[in-house]
Amino acid sequence: MKVGIIDYGVGNLGSIARALEQLRVSPILVDRAIDLHGKDALILPGVGNFTDCMQILLKGGWVNVIKDEVHGYDRPLLGICLGMQLLADLGVEGAIDPRVGTAGLGLIPGRVVNLATEGCSLRVPHVGWNSIATSDSKSSLFHGIADGTDFYFVHSYVFRPDQQQSVLAEAVYDIPFAASVGLRKVWGTQFHPEKSSRAGMQLLRNFLFNQQC
Amino acid sequence: MLKVRVIPTLLWKQFGLVKGTRFDSWRRVGPVLPAIKVYNQRDVDELVLVDITANTTGEPPDCESIVDFSQECFVPFAVGGGVTSIDQVQQLLRSGADKIVLNTAAYRSPSLVTDIACRYGTQCVVASIDARHNPGGGWTCYSHSGSCDTGREVVTWARELEDRGAGEILITSIDNDGMMEGYDLALIQAVSQSVKVPVIASGGAGTYQHMIEAVQQSGASAVAAASMFHFTEQTPAGAKEAMRQACIPVRLNFVTTP
Repeated sequence: MKVGIIDYGVGNLGSIARALEQLRVSPILVDRAIDLHGKDALILPGVGNFTDCMQILLKGGWVNVIKDEVHGYDRPLLGICLGMQLLADLGVEGAIDPRVGTAGLGLIPGRVVNLATEGCSLRVPHVGWNSIATSDSKSSLFHGIADGTDFYFVHSYVFRPDQQQSVLAEAVYDIPFAASVGLRKVWGTQFHPEKSSRAGMQLLRNFLFNQQC
Repeated sequence: MLKVRVIPTLLWKQFGLVKGTRFDSWRRVGPVLPAIKVYNQRDVDELVLVDITANTTGEPPDCESIVDFSQECFVPFAVGGGVTSIDQVQQLLRSGADKIVLNTAAYRSPSLVTDIACRYGTQCVVASIDARHNPGGGWTCYSHSGSCDTGREVVTWARELEDRGAGEILITSIDNDGMMEGYDLALIQAVSQSVKVPVIASGGAGTYQHMIEAVQQSGASAVAAASMFHFTEQTPAGAKEAMRQACIPVRLNFVTTP
């Protein structure tokens, strides 16, 4: 099984690649959009700022290629942290006009907004191990993962999906927010599975081997 | 709710891990990579790795080794020792570090704390303070692995580090380090009461009860230990179970459900 990790120049992909190797799949760091095709599944990481990352994805020709893979080839895609946020229609972080926002990949309808402006009165960024609760119609992404399991979060913005059924798991940091989203074969985790020890490994295993539409 | 973390501290000197007492009398513990693998198998909350020779030799951080170590690390990985510039920070982060531990460099150029926080976020900066108890009361900060008196008072310095953008503060008692007789609870309390950022208690843990005290009596958000995990049968998982029984919110080891 070949898993393409979209390597558009942000952040370290060593631990995500190594985590996939432990699950006995071959991670392929793909650093040119034209090489993305032909993988069995795709991972979209992301660190930094929504607007900056979208600009890099646009400049590198990634946006259309990613959409083609998802819509044209029904390729499973997992966005991690900012990579999950980029799945949204819009994000306000770093946008020239925050009221308008920056266009995202538009793979899962929703907006990405700041934790503080959503009413969170605790320290932002939200950093650390926090527990999640899965939605009632438990997604295959969380197979074998009990409610209350902790995952590792580092973020200041949250994904607000238009449709509640896109929320696969919630966490609470003063306010509830989407810890994971999903729509058909597109998934996202606000937390870092590659830094969430065994629980994260189980989630990656589910993404790779346990997908149900 | 965020969990209280238990963090093994790995001190790295030249070719392997070491552990001393009161920042001296170093004992060899073993090679780095197997230790990182073992702690990962044991499902620890986070790892801190500090190169304790880098700031005395003037060598830049060994990013090649950090690449190897971080690939085996599936929990947050804080790396420090000899970091003096924002370029080195960038290289370490690219090599797989999740957080940078700053100590000596923060005294020389406090603006480095702010620079890292602005570019990579406050969650990237762990400000480390090594403090010694004054005979007349209070504590003084020491740089260069505890060898240089900076003349700075610990609470004032902790507040300044927070103001400059430190995301957490790792406070180590030099007096208690390696003694395994308990943390300097008064020192940890003095720091945790004076800053809002999470405080990691370090220096002196010898039993699970010491860790419980650091959280319940001194307000630590995380407890670090080295000797206790290197030289006794006690484990991070055991520590968390003891803390859970003491009603402290901890992340328990993951077990898949059917």
